Amino acid sequence: MNKTINQKAWYFVIPVFVLVAFNAAIPLMTVVNYSFQETFGNNVFAWEGTRWFKQILLSERFHASLGRQFAFTFIILLIQIPLGIAIALTMPKKGWGVPVCLILMSMPLLIPWNVVGAMWNIFALPDIGFLGHTLNSVGFDYNFTQQPGDAWFTTILMDVWHWTSLVVLLSYAGLNSIQPAYYQAAEIDGASRWATFRYIELPKMKKVLTLAILLRFMDSFMIYTEPFVLTGGGPGNTTAFLSIDLVKMALGQFDLGPAAAMSLIYFFIVLLVCWIFYNLMMKNEAKS
Amino acid sequence: MKKYKWLVPTLYIIFLMLPIYWLINMSFKTTTEIINTYSLWPQKFTLENYVKIFTDSTWYMGYVNSITYTVFNTVISVAAALPAAYAFSRYKFLGDKHLFFWLLTNRMAPPAVFALPFFQFYSSVNLFDTHIAVALSHCLFNIPLAVWILEGFMSAVPKELDETAYVDGYSFGRFFFKIFVPTIAAGIGITMFFCFMFSWVELLLAKTLTATAAKPIAATMTRTASTSGYELGLLAAAGTLTIIPGAIVIYFVKNYIAKGFAMGRV
Repeated sequence: MNKTINQKAWYFVIPVFVLVAFNAAIPLMTVVNYSFQETFGNNVFAWEGTRWFKQILLSERFHASLGRQFAFTFIILLIQIPLGIAIALTMPKKGWGVPVCLILMSMPLLIPWNVVGAMWNIFALPDIGFLGHTLNSVGFDYNFTQQPGDAWFTTILMDVWHWTSLVVLLSYAGLNSIQPAYYQAAEIDGASRWATFRYIELPKMKKVLTLAILLRFMDSFMIYTEPFVLTGGGPGNTTAFLSIDLVKMALGQFDLGPAAAMSLIYFFIVLLVCWIFYNLMMKNEAKS
Repeated sequence: MKKYKWLVPTLYIIFLMLPIYWLINMSFKTTTEIINTYSLWPQKFTLENYVKIFTDSTWYMGYVNSITYTVFNTVISVAAALPAAYAFSRYKFLGDKHLFFWLLTNRMAPPAVFALPFFQFYSSVNLFDTHIAVALSHCLFNIPLAVWILEGFMSAVPKELDETAYVDGYSFGRFFFKIFVPTIAAGIGITMFFCFMFSWVELLLAKTLTATAAKPIAATMTRTASTSGYELGLLAAAGTLTIIPGAIVIYFVKNYIAKGFAMGRV
């Protein structure tokens, strides 16, 4: 759509601008403020320069949690995106199956995150949980509260359970926008199932898939509540992702300076990746 | 191969329903039964857990608090986002693209980064432990999302609609509320659904900004888990009840969900 230039449009944006600035800018300034200072309580501060930033960037603890975070995000994207597409492709396109699928599949998205964690906790407990009990009775030595591997497996399974539906719904919406004529043309040309997917469905889903990857990246990168309730970051620190580590530092140990520096570095990484994605997305949109 | 196509979504739905079933199953058991016996359904069916929640005010007030701030947030987010989304979809103005990306960055901001500053900020303006504080803090991620979704729906409405209305002598206000808003009613519904959803499921900020008066149900649950030992049955019942508002909302918007998730941008 060709838009008219109108500077008065700013008036329309003012309420949003004020509300978000009130929420984002002021607290962010507090974080910036802390990141350069040492606190002694009672509002006494001393200038520390970039010391906290150096300390965080060089600390083993930060490297470890950042590494865990990237590994986690990478694994869940690798599972959720193909799985989501596969389910969307096999979902019914009309009839009573559509609302049934949509309602049941959306359920996990609307459960409060700590309930998701608590639900998976009791579901996976080795003695009284369905998952834990079943795995143990078929011969696996499964205990997510003690073994890091099992804790990772459970956390990833929980995230797949929680968020794959988002990818499904997005892909489904993308598939629905394809006109039947395309499929008819493919059939006349004798295209294989794979060719239909590769040259008709996938290009049409490109936009929604970028969106899905962007949303899943952002949300999995800031995951906190679910693993916190499920494993508490443990056993040890093996499932302490960035947010869990950060909250531990800020509210648990009250190391405000390092925690603030870590927040800024954390935010910067998310921003950088999202900026790249956003530009790719806008480029796609401009092309079509 | 086509014959077995239904298997994939069916298996997926079974996988989704299993943990939910387990939670419901637990909620009808007594805590002693949960700890001592493993069973696929309640051996001694009890409603005790639910009775406790509906009679104890610290429990049921948690639901009231959660629903209150969620509704506040939904109303504020959509009301503020409507004019802004209109501006983004219809006009070019100084810094529009940067502003749009800046808004989105707030959707990307990890709440953990903001937890402590929010606590200090809302305490200093005397809003700590109020519903409005939680509602306002959730605007951080809901307003950008609302603007993003609404802008998609609004851009799909041809500009000729606006122009015809002005030619017919409509003032902007009358056009906006009498013609434009009804046209994108589905989009507004979807936006409200998303705002409700993200405000309802968020816990970190809601927990940080409340103590007693506005404590969300989710926080009541975490406290119970730590103070009174491990009352699993009660916890399961409370968890089951948090699924219900979401399920009701989904039922009403089921026809728009898929479209809404694509944010009108398909």
